[in-house]
Amino acid sequence: MIEFKNVSLTYPNGTKGLKNVNLTINEGEFVVIVGLSGAGKSTLIRSINKLVTATEGELLVDNENILTHKGKRLRSLRTKVGMIFQNYNLVKRSNVFKNVLAGRLGHTGTLRSLFNLFSKEDRSLAYESLKRVNIEEKIYNRADELSGGQQQRVSIARVLTQKPKYILADEPVASLDPPTSHQVMTYLRKINQEDNITTVVNLHFIDMAMEYADRIIGMRAGEVVFDGPASEVSEKTFEEIYGRTIREGDLRGGTEA
Amino acid sequence: MTEKEIKKTSTQSPSVIPLKAKFRVTVIFFIVLAFYLFSSFKTESSITEFIDGIGNMGELFQKFFPPNLSLFQAIWPALADTIQMAIIATTAAGILCIPLSLLAANNVTTNKILYNIVRFLLNILRTIPDLVLAVIFVALFGIGALPGIIALVIFSLGLLAKLISETIEAIDMNPLEAMQASGANTIQTIYYAVVPQVLPQFTSFVLYVFEINIRASVVLGLVGAGGIGQILDQQIKFYEYPNAMGIIIIIFALVVIIEYISTKVREAIV
Repeated sequence: MIEFKNVSLTYPNGTKGLKNVNLTINEGEFVVIVGLSGAGKSTLIRSINKLVTATEGELLVDNENILTHKGKRLRSLRTKVGMIFQNYNLVKRSNVFKNVLAGRLGHTGTLRSLFNLFSKEDRSLAYESLKRVNIEEKIYNRADELSGGQQQRVSIARVLTQKPKYILADEPVASLDPPTSHQVMTYLRKINQEDNITTVVNLHFIDMAMEYADRIIGMRAGEVVFDGPASEVSEKTFEEIYGRTIREGDLRGGTEA
Repeated sequence: MTEKEIKKTSTQSPSVIPLKAKFRVTVIFFIVLAFYLFSSFKTESSITEFIDGIGNMGELFQKFFPPNLSLFQAIWPALADTIQMAIIATTAAGILCIPLSLLAANNVTTNKILYNIVRFLLNILRTIPDLVLAVIFVALFGIGALPGIIALVIFSLGLLAKLISETIEAIDMNPLEAMQASGANTIQTIYYAVVPQVLPQFTSFVLYVFEINIRASVVLGLVGAGGIGQILDQQIKFYEYPNAMGIIIIIFALVVIIEYISTKVREAIV
């Protein structure tokens, strides 16, 4: 369970990233956060694994206030919170398998990892993860030889190998074309259901949010302005969240792959 | 616009370089010229003296010929010494520069104070010429290969750490963020996200520094720091010019061969 209690975040340059956010994200939920760019979606998601640190309030992950976490405790928090990025963030010169195994680093001793001594279980877990996103035939290809959609699938496999309790996905489909976007979202949804991993996804495409989310959280100017089940959401709701009429660019289009 | 005005603008042809810039460049030119003339006057060295010397050069040159290449056998051990000195120094510097270049890269070392201290130390290292280092270490450890090696290590360390830290500063930071977000510690993050990105350039720079070290270790021999340079120095002092010329030609061939190989290897990796 992730709980935001009166969380605010002010960046060193004075920009307010989050303003008094109160949220509870329950086990197994698939939450999509929507909002225009600059609305604080990224800040919200990144504060959960402390890539950015909230400056006020309390942020509880499994009933622990993470805002004071440092060193070992911070790493153990991050071990159970996996993350997927807009730019995939793979090591381009390393092969796919090494990239996926990197998801195990938090569970592996420093010395062992320096000699690539991953246990047999870790290696088979990594291979299983590759199979789950149907990219196992690229196992020894260099990451930069893959297309964007394939790279994002490798990064999903990396997160799966981490065996997280939560997955955070920061604009996972913003760099992809419509069919690939649907494919990636379908994998995320499937993993959420099969492994019961709580998933929080940032999106700015309203049609995709409505299609995949259990629950939608709308943000504007660092504040949560909407929070409700996806079934209660209509275009009207989005117009309220965005503060303007819906345009073509707010829709991803395409159908499920 | 009146007709007169149109005519006026159409006949205007602005110069390519603004007048102000032209004036500035001219002033700078004369300042540089003045510096040159002043320095030439103060050091009592002029271009005419250089031309006068060319005659002597021909005379000296004749003494060097024919070069004695038959001493290859005799000087081979010293030549091998030179190569070995360069290998030892480059290897040691290649290993030592890893922590230093990480500490001197502002994207890995976010602690500003530590970063600036390391940068400052590296700058000091680089300002000392290799020859001066060799003279100091010969005075400390006596004549031989060891002072030469130490001088080369310090000299190449400054160079390598500078080049590699700048390579590290230019890497893609996204994978590092991903590693950190998955709970990897600093060493793991560096090993899995930084090392693969800089490895080709690292290898290339180490080979480049190896080339420099071969040449430098010849020069260091002149101040008694071991290797072929020391023999060359002796031969010149004993006026054995054909021998000296033979050694110079052999060194030249060696440097060319090593540079060729190293260039090919570097092309293959980067």
